[in-house]
Amino acid sequence: MNVLAFTFLVWAGSLVAGFLGALTGLGGGVVLVPLLTVFFHVDLRYAIGASLVSVIATSSGSAAAYVKEGFSNIRIGMFLEIATTLGALFGAYLTAKVPATAIAIVFGIVLLYSAYVSRRTRPRAIVEEPPDPLATKLKMNGSFPDTSGIRQYNVYRVPAGFAIMYLAGTLSGLLGIGSGALKVVAMDQAMKIPFKVSTTTSNFMIGVTAAASAGVYLSRGYIDPSLAMPVMIGVLIGSLMGTRVLVKTKTKSLRLVFSVVIVLLGLEMMLKAVTGGF
Amino acid sequence: MAAKHIDDERVEVMISNLLRAGVVLAALVVIAGAVPYIGAHPRAHVSYRTFHGEPDALKTVPGVIANAFSGSPRGVIQLGLLLLIATPIARVIFSAVAFAIEGDRMYVAFTLIVLAVLLYSLFGSFLIA
Repeated sequence: MNVLAFTFLVWAGSLVAGFLGALTGLGGGVVLVPLLTVFFHVDLRYAIGASLVSVIATSSGSAAAYVKEGFSNIRIGMFLEIATTLGALFGAYLTAKVPATAIAIVFGIVLLYSAYVSRRTRPRAIVEEPPDPLATKLKMNGSFPDTSGIRQYNVYRVPAGFAIMYLAGTLSGLLGIGSGALKVVAMDQAMKIPFKVSTTTSNFMIGVTAAASAGVYLSRGYIDPSLAMPVMIGVLIGSLMGTRVLVKTKTKSLRLVFSVVIVLLGLEMMLKAVTGGF
Repeated sequence: MAAKHIDDERVEVMISNLLRAGVVLAALVVIAGAVPYIGAHPRAHVSYRTFHGEPDALKTVPGVIANAFSGSPRGVIQLGLLLLIATPIARVIFSAVAFAIEGDRMYVAFTLIVLAVLLYSLFGSFLIA
């Protein structure tokens, strides 16, 4: 393919990935790597490099939209970023040690898991436990605006959340994705942080986590400017459009379609891996 | 406590505006490199099927800056991508300052740990790569 056609097609594909990622809340990164490797025959290392760059663009670009809602908890985010950045550094280090086939299989599993998490309906029980001493010491308990005024919440099981965040960071560094789904699991499920607070704090954390592996990727030569350029611009425009539309549309059926796409991409990636395609 | 929360929010709005400005600037620099890059050889064959790595000039922060200012289109794109990578780092620096103003030493320490990891990745990771 020539430069003009390749750049345009990668840009268009990234735009759609960014749009659907923002609309469904699953993030564009998770479909970008399969898109680049399976359809554009891009080497896995170049693909995760370009994807990681686009993850930072989405996170920083949409921060303003999230902050206005007043849900994110900057202390929870900063404390857990210690875990995600160290994990990301370790994950980026692993990409050079682990064979591409294994990375592709892990990627496939993460895709299937993301689709599963996005389909699950979660029972929202209000926790009536006494405040956790560690979370209190770390000043994590907070409040957010609700329909019935300001709602207080407490944070629990900080060590468990910290451990899951380290894993989320490792996967982010290994696969060039935001790991948003796993970050939300750590905060929402393990630490009992309200869902809205979890998702918005997670968006903030994604960019910082990705920046921790970006330096390693750069020094290894994974970030190719000619490839990352259409990916970054495409995902950025797509995700900003997605965030705009999100407010107006019901996304239930779209989420279903996107989940099916993710499952197919996950299976395709694993198939390509076991047949020696990487 | 209530006053502090409002302060936090104001800081966050400031930080998010900074992030958006950083992303816009990064995108403009990337586009400024993309136009001459595509314009030079639009019909040239391109393939990313095999991994070659990048030349040294596109792999380190000083290398990219020197390459971009020599007028290389790919260097300019890479500089834009570096600016993008710098946006979350700027956010962490701003948070450290905000925690310091609030007098929260514990969170200043946490923020500096995160900052150290980020700076190590960008400037020191060639040691392990």
